[in-house]
Amino acid sequence: MTRRVVITGIGVRAPGSSGTKEFWDVLTTGRTATRRITFFDASPFRSRIAGEIDFDAAAEGFTPRETRRMDRATQFAVACTRDALADSGLDFGTLDPHRVGVALGSAVAAATSLENEYLVMSDAGRDWLVDPAHLSPYMFDYLSPGVMPAEIAREVGAEGPVTLVSDGCTSGLDAVGYGVQLIREGSADTVLAGAADTPVSPIVVACFDAIKATTPRNDEPETASRPFDGTRNGFVLAEGAAMFVLEELEAARARGAHIYAEVGGYATRSNAYHMTGLKKDGREMAEAIRAALDEARLDRTTIDYVNAHGSGTKQNDRHETAAFKRSLGEHARAVPVSSIKSMVGHSLGAIGSIEIAASVLAIRHNVVPPTANLRVPDPECDLDYVPLTAREQRVDTVLTVGSGFGGFQSAMVLHDPEVTSL
Amino acid sequence: MSSRRAVITGLGVVAPNGLGAEEYWKALLAGESGIAELSRFDTSRYSARLAGEIRDFDGAEHLPSRLMPQTDISTRYALAAADWALADAGIDAGAGIDDYDMGVITSTSQGGFDFTHREFHKLWSQGPEYVSVYESFAWFYAVNTGQISIRNGMRGPSAALVGEQAGGLDAIGHARRTVRRGTRLVLSGGVDSAFDPWGWSAQLAGGRVSTADDPERAYLPFDGAACGHVPGEGGAMLVVEDAESARERGAPRTYGEIAGYAATFDPSPGTGRPPGLRRAAELALADAQLTPSAIGAVFADAAGIPAFDAAEAQAVREIFGPYGVPVTAPKALTGRMYAGGGPADIAAALFALRDRVIPATAHTTSVPDSYGLDLVLGEPRPVRADAVLVLARGRHGFNAAVVLTTV
Amino acid sequence: MTLDDLRGTLIACAGEEDSVELSGDILDMTFEDLGYDSLALMESAAKIERDHGISLPEEAVAEADTPRALLALVNGLTATAA
Repeated sequence: MTRRVVITGIGVRAPGSSGTKEFWDVLTTGRTATRRITFFDASPFRSRIAGEIDFDAAAEGFTPRETRRMDRATQFAVACTRDALADSGLDFGTLDPHRVGVALGSAVAAATSLENEYLVMSDAGRDWLVDPAHLSPYMFDYLSPGVMPAEIAREVGAEGPVTLVSDGCTSGLDAVGYGVQLIREGSADTVLAGAADTPVSPIVVACFDAIKATTPRNDEPETASRPFDGTRNGFVLAEGAAMFVLEELEAARARGAHIYAEVGGYATRSNAYHMTGLKKDGREMAEAIRAALDEARLDRTTIDYVNAHGSGTKQNDRHETAAFKRSLGEHARAVPVSSIKSMVGHSLGAIGSIEIAASVLAIRHNVVPPTANLRVPDPECDLDYVPLTAREQRVDTVLTVGSGFGGFQSAMVLHDPEVTSL
Repeated sequence: MSSRRAVITGLGVVAPNGLGAEEYWKALLAGESGIAELSRFDTSRYSARLAGEIRDFDGAEHLPSRLMPQTDISTRYALAAADWALADAGIDAGAGIDDYDMGVITSTSQGGFDFTHREFHKLWSQGPEYVSVYESFAWFYAVNTGQISIRNGMRGPSAALVGEQAGGLDAIGHARRTVRRGTRLVLSGGVDSAFDPWGWSAQLAGGRVSTADDPERAYLPFDGAACGHVPGEGGAMLVVEDAESARERGAPRTYGEIAGYAATFDPSPGTGRPPGLRRAAELALADAQLTPSAIGAVFADAAGIPAFDAAEAQAVREIFGPYGVPVTAPKALTGRMYAGGGPADIAAALFALRDRVIPATAHTTSVPDSYGLDLVLGEPRPVRADAVLVLARGRHGFNAAVVLTTV
Repeated sequence: MTLDDLRGTLIACAGEEDSVELSGDILDMTFEDLGYDSLALMESAAKIERDHGISLPEEAVAEADTPRALLALVNGLTATAA
């Protein structure tokens, strides 16, 4: 008998909110949290908009020592971990530490700290031979970010398998998928899984400027992220994090836990096509969706809501629409599909986990979050993308997907554990 | 979990003392060291100058011209090692394996750092318009997985893991998991390289790099005079394959089976709880359904720092008894290659099973009696065993163990 | 900008496809047939902009699908700039 895995605790930090409840309020009211970049002078850049978080480490309960030690992304992940623990009602002190694992996702890890240290060591970029006299003791951890999941492990006292999953923009989905596999195979009973990324930093903005993947719609920051809209012209970079308590179903039931959802199926495939480009046909994402449904033993028609990757680039939204049609058949036209990136932007490796949070909350509240800023139809994107306004409807089963540089295509099926299999 | 067995059918190694798996193995047996003064830049202002540097690798000889402008040196290592491993396994376009049945799971702990340093430098000294379009992926930790997948048309389940020096074994453990869940073949392993001035400084910031000047006295695993490690670059890629699939397609060779794998994490300091390395090894043995007496050699993590060496020696002693198993650390000849270290050790361990000989731990001469360790010193030692244990630890508490057996 | 200049820029920014004879008559071959994808062209366009002190409109670069078209675009702009 396969061990089943459920989500029993959630912690989220996303633009426009400072916790799970506020996050859901943002999504269901269709508010957008993208704005002009305030973290640095963005005037030399092509895209000057981002989903920034007003994160106050002291107010979040971090000691000055923790704040010095932890990179911003790590702080996000730890804050979410604390929320998820409290939310789960699980007393980690009673667990066998050997049976607790951590699977953290991040695409660019300590990028922001790397850049800060670089400026100090290189005399603001002047010196190629950086000056070791100005070396931060934490510089090694910014180079090699194993410290990120290590901090989570310390936070919860995990002594089981601990890893950082860094699959670019699907990291947030893949880290949770990894954690689910650890529990299923019996390597752990409880896993803290999720993702964090804080890429709103000049070097990352410059990277996406160079390939023109981010939107230059600088005069309309609140409506700049336009997934599936005919006028879309790129994504809005963002930061964020989400963490989950994953438990084996019977253990969760035995302690009377509140169960948000079961992770029924997960799969990832690669397009083996291009580091940044996508073919129009959506073949590999469709295959990931098919495999995830297969693992969940659910028919495609049981999907009540599709939480899309919906980045708002020309090619992604077209690719993804094709993947939904290819994998869901006629049901693609019947099922609501939406992208929360329209509201909270694209936080690279973190967004996959933030989208899992949105999916799980959709099941909890029986509400489908909308795609904000979707006003102009695109003939190549012709599904029901839930424009502008959230929709109340029964949501038992959600498909959430991700797509990223390197060709990664991932899919996860989340459902109410009472939903019976085929 | 299913009864599918994961075997290794191809090896590719890029190491400071040998390009190619057999060359690396020959160098280990001959005691040829790749450690010398770092030549990539003027190291005079830095506290450490010795490195396990790869000096005879020209990316353009191994890779298409189109890939050169878009790849960091570490990705060139990964792509070349992947090519060699696939060729060794007899996998090419005509191998008859479905594209979704071949995945790529790699580890790096430093990403494309030399490349990214140059882009940071361009951004801040010249401006955003100077930043390369390739920086968006040449830097990130998933780059080797993506590039290998594209170059070889592998569309199956893929991933990139980071866990400092333990990450390479975690990648191979995840590859085995993926094969057992139904994918026929996963190309897996790890590489690292960060030998630009900034990457070098960052490694020094870790506080564990040897500042000795003598290449034969700088990295002395388990020696009483151990004073840190020498950073290395490179690593290895392995073809991990379902045993049945390998037999069906007539794979030219099978080096061995990944019979056991486990990962653990150390408790927080101050809890008084024991470190996790011993438990990782014991879990991997249990996973392989083997007792310690079946293990013919241990390929150690070999930190080269007395406290860590003592802790590892204690774990080995507690499992195998004092002087209970031959232990070796071939990485004394290459330096610590971070994510590349574990996979390179696996390659060496598989050759040890094949040739029935354990390579010696170079440079170390005097192991404290308190370690109770049977370290293979001086000359390679013949071994009669069908199983070996490979250990790795990553900074901040990562532990991983892999048990390899003959098939 | 001459065709030779463009060849040099393409090779510096994106290497060259083994199966393509870049030194031949390539003026009217598509960049796709020459083995260059959109990334290669973006990298090359950025270098041309820096080398010539011009700003190439993104859409125009995307539409210039042969060396002849790209050279016409660049030389039109450099003539105006000069």
